[in-house]
Amino acid sequence: MIEIAGITKAYGGQTVLKDINLTVPTGGLMALLGPSGCGKTTLLRIISGLETADNGMVKFQGEDAAGQSAKNRNVGFVFQHYALFRHMTVFENVAFGLRVRPRKLRPSKKDISKRVHSLLDLVQLDNLHDRYPSQLSGGQRQRVALARALAVEPKVLLLDEPFGALDARVRQELRRWLRRLHDEIRLTSVFVTHDQEEALEVADQVAVMNEGRIEQVGSPEDVYEHPNSPFVYNFLGDVNLFHGSLLNGTVAMGDYELAAPEHIGADADAVGYVRLHDFDVSLCPSGLPEIGAVVSRSRALGATVRLELKRRDTGEPFEAEMSLERFRELGIKPGVTVHVRPRKLKVFVQD
Amino acid sequence: MSPAEPALIRYILTGVALLFLGLFLLIPLAAVFVQAFEKGVAVYFKAVTEPDALAAIRLTLLVAAISVPLNLLFGVVASWAIAKFDFPGKSLLLTLIDIPFAVSPVIAGLMFVLLFGARGGVFGPWLTAHGIKIIFAAPGIVIATLFVTFPFIARELVPLMQAMGSEEEEAAVVLGANGLQTFFLVTLPNIKWGLLYGVTLCTARAMGEFGAVSVVSGHIRGETDTVPLHVETLYNEYNFTAAFAVASILAAVSVAALAAKKIMQLKVER
Repeated sequence: MIEIAGITKAYGGQTVLKDINLTVPTGGLMALLGPSGCGKTTLLRIISGLETADNGMVKFQGEDAAGQSAKNRNVGFVFQHYALFRHMTVFENVAFGLRVRPRKLRPSKKDISKRVHSLLDLVQLDNLHDRYPSQLSGGQRQRVALARALAVEPKVLLLDEPFGALDARVRQELRRWLRRLHDEIRLTSVFVTHDQEEALEVADQVAVMNEGRIEQVGSPEDVYEHPNSPFVYNFLGDVNLFHGSLLNGTVAMGDYELAAPEHIGADADAVGYVRLHDFDVSLCPSGLPEIGAVVSRSRALGATVRLELKRRDTGEPFEAEMSLERFRELGIKPGVTVHVRPRKLKVFVQD
Repeated sequence: MSPAEPALIRYILTGVALLFLGLFLLIPLAAVFVQAFEKGVAVYFKAVTEPDALAAIRLTLLVAAISVPLNLLFGVVASWAIAKFDFPGKSLLLTLIDIPFAVSPVIAGLMFVLLFGARGGVFGPWLTAHGIKIIFAAPGIVIATLFVTFPFIARELVPLMQAMGSEEEEAAVVLGANGLQTFFLVTLPNIKWGLLYGVTLCTARAMGEFGAVSVVSGHIRGETDTVPLHVETLYNEYNFTAAFAVASILAAVSVAALAAKKIMQLKVER
């Protein structure tokens, strides 16, 4: 278990982390998700001991790690650009952490060799053990980096943008593989990513970060279905913003009105968030509250179609997604008027 | 434009460069060896093995043997600090390393005479009182050589280490390596060719330095004459064959250093 309490960090007067509190349960796989510059990598480096926090503490298994340097923390760290030792073979890279141990703790040559080969088996690279990093593909290097980090039997595994430098296809493959690997070895792990799809697909728990703070922590379903702030809504998936105002528990956005009982008493400007796929689109009015809009363009994205729409009441542009099947059924063409009903709309009071 | 013209221009430019190289570098170099052997191999060997020449060779080797390791240490430490850490005064340190390139060696020599000279030097009275002789003795020559050659290794390593970044070192530390293990197992193998390259240049210069050494040496034959100074002494005595014979040793060192440099450059690029 990793416990992080009250971590604060500033560089030259600029705060990059503000009072971070987070717990990663034993055997869990946590994603730190956020845009670049949100402090996620700094937080990961503080956990590893490569950087020190100005305030706060990091505990592993209930034990304060404050006095331990990166060398003694026994964490596995996978760097974004792999950081493989370029003058060593794959085998030597993986063996490094065992070979630098003090003589008393160092396994015998035979044991090191056995352990390295079994790790290379695990990452499916044993046939390449005598290659140099420059002779490997990006995905292979990443797996060597992972095997090297696992060789020292770390208490926790930390991965900094583990798939960031790979092309889309390899990335897909590797993240499924990482998820399977995690299910197999159950090592408490934290990885940093700016890719929401990656975080939602791989992690048990996602911590969404913004400007040095954690905005929301929860299971992937939880943060996706119930974002607790406009930032999280914006960051996870494509979303439309409708500006409006709240009055007596009703929100009005143009001609479209909706009950918002959770905001009774807060009469203010408000923003409604609707994900692109949370719309019902039809050609005839249904009698329910709806937004009338004109289709300006449609784009097919594989099995779904994205409509670019223009509201008839306010003239604001917005977008909606629907299945290709439904799109064909309705025979939607540019210039056609459609009636769009948000299935799920979340209202946030504007500060 | 016909395709012949660029080719013609190419040949002319290459020709000019080669001609220039031949006139100003190869012919003089060849002349040194021709002159050195003009009166036969026996005279050549007599010139390079007479006691004064041997003393000069010994002194030059001693100076190089002291100044090169010291500069190696300084170069590695300085470039490590510059490449891996951010600290106030970093750009000042980078500029200071370049000073010996900018200052004329003669002025460098005079500087040390003013500091350590027995008569009128800043530390002169103190040194005389304690019986320490720096100027007009081997220590002065070592100091002057150190000053002149100290940018060579640092200049070579700083860009190399900056380009390497510090991720590999960080990876080593997280894997449990201590500082020495990190340096010898990770950093050093990565910089070794650049380091050897810098050492080669530094050695060649340490052996060949004339200006700064000339000022602080005092030209005591058989005592404070290094090889380049001994060449000048012989030349001024109209002993041309001997002068060229001793000079050919230096020339050979330079050619060897250049060849070594070329080989290492290829290794670095690889």
